[in-house]
Order: sequence, then C-alpha cells, then structure tokens
Amino acid sequence: MTKRIYSVPYFLWIVFFVIVPLAMLLWQSFFDLNGHFTLNNYILYFSSGTYLLMTWNSILYALIITVATLVISYPVAYVLTKLKMKQFWLMLIILPTWVNLLLKAYAFIGIFGKYGSVNNFLQFLGIGRTQILFTDLSFILVASYISIPFMVLPIFNALNDLDDNLVNASRDLGASAFQTFTQVIWPLSLNGVRAGVQAVFIPSLSLFMLTRLIGGNKVITLGTAVEEHFLTTQNWGMGSTIAVVLVVAMLIVMRMTKERRD
Amino acid sequence: MQKKNSLGKVYLTFVLILLYAPIFYLIFYSFNAGSDMSKFTGFTLDNFKTLFADSRLILIVVQTFFLAFLSSLIATVIGTIGAINLVKLKRRRRETLLGLNNVLMVSPDVVIGASFLILFTIVGMKLGFISVLLSHIAFSIPIVVLMVMPLYQEMDSSLIDAANDLGANSSQIMREIILPYLTPGIIAGFFMAFTYSLDDFAVTFFVTGNDFTTLSVEIYSRARAGISLEINALSTLVFLFSILLVVGYYYIMKNSETVGKSSNLT
Repeated sequence: MTKRIYSVPYFLWIVFFVIVPLAMLLWQSFFDLNGHFTLNNYILYFSSGTYLLMTWNSILYALIITVATLVISYPVAYVLTKLKMKQFWLMLIILPTWVNLLLKAYAFIGIFGKYGSVNNFLQFLGIGRTQILFTDLSFILVASYISIPFMVLPIFNALNDLDDNLVNASRDLGASAFQTFTQVIWPLSLNGVRAGVQAVFIPSLSLFMLTRLIGGNKVITLGTAVEEHFLTTQNWGMGSTIAVVLVVAMLIVMRMTKERRD
Repeated sequence: MQKKNSLGKVYLTFVLILLYAPIFYLIFYSFNAGSDMSKFTGFTLDNFKTLFADSRLILIVVQTFFLAFLSSLIATVIGTIGAINLVKLKRRRRETLLGLNNVLMVSPDVVIGASFLILFTIVGMKLGFISVLLSHIAFSIPIVVLMVMPLYQEMDSSLIDAANDLGANSSQIMREIILPYLTPGIIAGFFMAFTYSLDDFAVTFFVTGNDFTTLSVEIYSRARAGISLEINALSTLVFLFSILLVVGYYYIMKNSETVGKSSNLT
C-alpha cells in the first residue's frame, strides 16, 4: 500500500499539534519563572483568594451568559421549526456569525459608549447617561449576543427531528400545552440543549478579547488570566497552570453535557 | 393557535433585529461625515476613501485572505486524506483517533494559542507568518475531517468493488470514484476552514510576531485605541463579502444530495 504514505501528514498533525502541545502545556505548568521544577503554581492557585475568586467569577459569568442565551434562543429555535422556509430563516440567524467577532465587539463600543445610542436613549427617557461600557453587564450582554446563533442551531436540529405525532398524541390524550412542553418537547430536545450549552459555556470561560474591549479591566475570566500571564507578565508557568484548569473545566462541562441516548 | 404563531413571529423578528442591529449600526456610521459613532452629521464616502488609501490596512486584508486561502487549502488536503484513512481503521483505534481529532474543535482558543506558543518557542521557530499559518492549518484540519468522514462512511463499498472488478487501479478509484463522491464534504470543509481562519483572533494573537498581523488582530488593536470610522467602512465591506460567501456556499451546495446535516454552517 503506497497510499498509506499520504496519510502521514495527518498523523503527524495529531502528534505534533494535538498531543505534544497539550503535553507541553501540562509540563510548563510545573515550572516557575526561573525555570525550576515546582508544584508552587498549583499550590499558589488553590490557596490564593485572588485566583479562586477569579475562577469562581469566570464560571459565574459563563453560567449567566449560558442561561441568558438559552432563554433567548430556545423560543427562537422552536418558532423556526414551525415556519415555512425554515432553512432560510435559520440561515439569517447564522449569518451574523460570519461577521468577524472583533467587528461586532467594536460595534458595541459605539453602542454602549458614553455618547452612544443606548445612552442617548436613556437620556431621552430622562434617566441620564450612565456608564454601560466597561462594566460586567456590558460583557454579559455582548457575550450573550455573540452566542445566540451557536445555541439556536443545535436546539433547532433537535426540535426539527422531533416527531409531530408525539406532540399531537400528547394533546389528544388531554395534556395541556404546558404539560406537553415539559413532558414531551423539552425532554426530547435535551440533546440539542446540551450541545448548545457546550458550545456557549466553554468559549465563555475564555473570551479574553471581549473582557478587554467591552468589560474594561473589571471582568477577568480564566481566558483573560491566561492571556495576561502569557503575553503581559510572561509568567508562562502560572499561565499554563490556569490553562490546565481551563482544560479540566472544559472536560467536566463536556462530561456533563454529553449526548445521551435513552 | 393562529395567535400563538404570530406571537412567535413577532419574537423571531425581534431577535433578528437584535442580531443585525449592531452590524447595521456599524454600516450606518461608515457613511458618517462626523468623527465617531454618536451623531450622524451627514452622508459621506470619505471613510471608504481613507480605507482604500490606507495601504497598510489593505495589505493586512490581502495577507489575511492569503493566509485563509492557503491554510484552508492545505488543511483540506490533509484532513480529507486523514478522514479516508480513519474510516479504514479498526473501530477501537478509530474512536481514539477521532477523540484526539476533536480536541482542537472543543478546546478554548486561549488554550490552543498558549500551547502552540509554547510549542513554537521550544522548537525555536520565529513567530510570524509561518507560525500563524501552521496554527491555522492545525485548527482547521479537524473540521475538514468531520465534514468528509460521514460521507466516506456512508459510501456504498460496492462502488469500489465494481471499479476494482472493471480493472481500475487504486489511483483511478481515488480520482474517479471516491473524490467525486466526497466533493460536497470537501467543499464544505474548505469553506468552514476558510471562515475559521478569517475569523480567528485568539490563536493568531498568541502566535504572531511583530512583522505579521491579520485583520482580527489589527481591528483589536485599533478598537483598543478608540473609534475610527475607517473600521466601520471596513465592516461594511466585510459584511457584503460574508453575504457573498454564504450565497456562494448555498449555490454550490444546492444540487448536492450527498452532503448531510453536517454541512450546516456553524
């Protein structure tokens, strides 16, 4: 078989760009600033109030963003499945993801700015100008905004596969619309919800460009901390430690949101 | 029931307006004669003129597209061959490798960026175009594999048997049977890789040096410095280009039946 040779780049890629970088990240997390092997990074991380609080905040932000996105997106996905030309409307929901993330963030700098539209509106209402940009609220709003399409898509796919007969049967047997939703539609769309939560929660832990541009320096997520340690303070050991925590958090989330067959 | 449905449509319209408002906001102010995004003082095309006169920015746009094209092309070739070879493996080993394949799909950007930065530094590679190119190829390969593999799995193996019986050699089978069958998946994979590369900020930010930058990184540093309507003008062009890309994608995909749900644009 000569063809085997052609697959060498792919397997090299798995080794050198998947396994080796992750192994090096783990390895690097055991070194301090002077290049000595140590466990101090982990000890510091788990004993310092600052790091633990930052981790907790980061998880909390990601949780709020995920829940907000889910609440907005689920009805959207549901309405989409009821439409004619649903693929077209779905495409309209997804199209904004093709616009560069940084440009969307940049738009919000204008919208939320001191003399931006939102503040002009507040002024008009008589509330007066308030600081919106560079607060945690603005970070949560923008992150949720960016995440909506990623939540809608998997839920739409799950709901679209749902057999209408089940819903009709439930109604015929006397279930109310609410019961039909909680007992039939929601459980059957859970796999879509899990996929959506996974697609939103994990990136929300690491959106450092948004925390910088929109959150000012008030919001620090795990991703922001990694970027800070690698590119600003040059403490790669601690940065790697936080990155390892991020990977562990990711694995836990993936485990919890794993697709289930019942 | 009718009422409920129209309520849903109102809600959908509301969310769509919400999704597009920031984009149209940017586009609207790209025609502003004033200097920021707070007050529209008059219509002008000056921002576009500034944009086209800004040779540095134009060069960055060209670089970004060149990078996206080259990285997705290479990733498509490697990923397609990888997908074909993964299917041939035994189930157990295939699932392990597929798990590894998906690591870069689910890892947060910063983790990918940081680990690649360590890799390039230890190898002693100078940060710049090559390191960015390698990174983009690396994070684009898994999506190509995921787009191509399902097609190859569902391909009827009797097609290959028939070709064999009729005397085709292995490279003929590849060119005449397998590749044409996989084409929709390959195109989908290429498109996805292309957009991944165009959109990427975090990984590039980590592995780029001083002498190479992409559009995302440039917008980031300009946005940190404040508002300049030149960026708005750029958004207008980017948005038009995105629409073209999506329409083009749907046009190409319209007639293909072999591509499954996996081709959904995410």
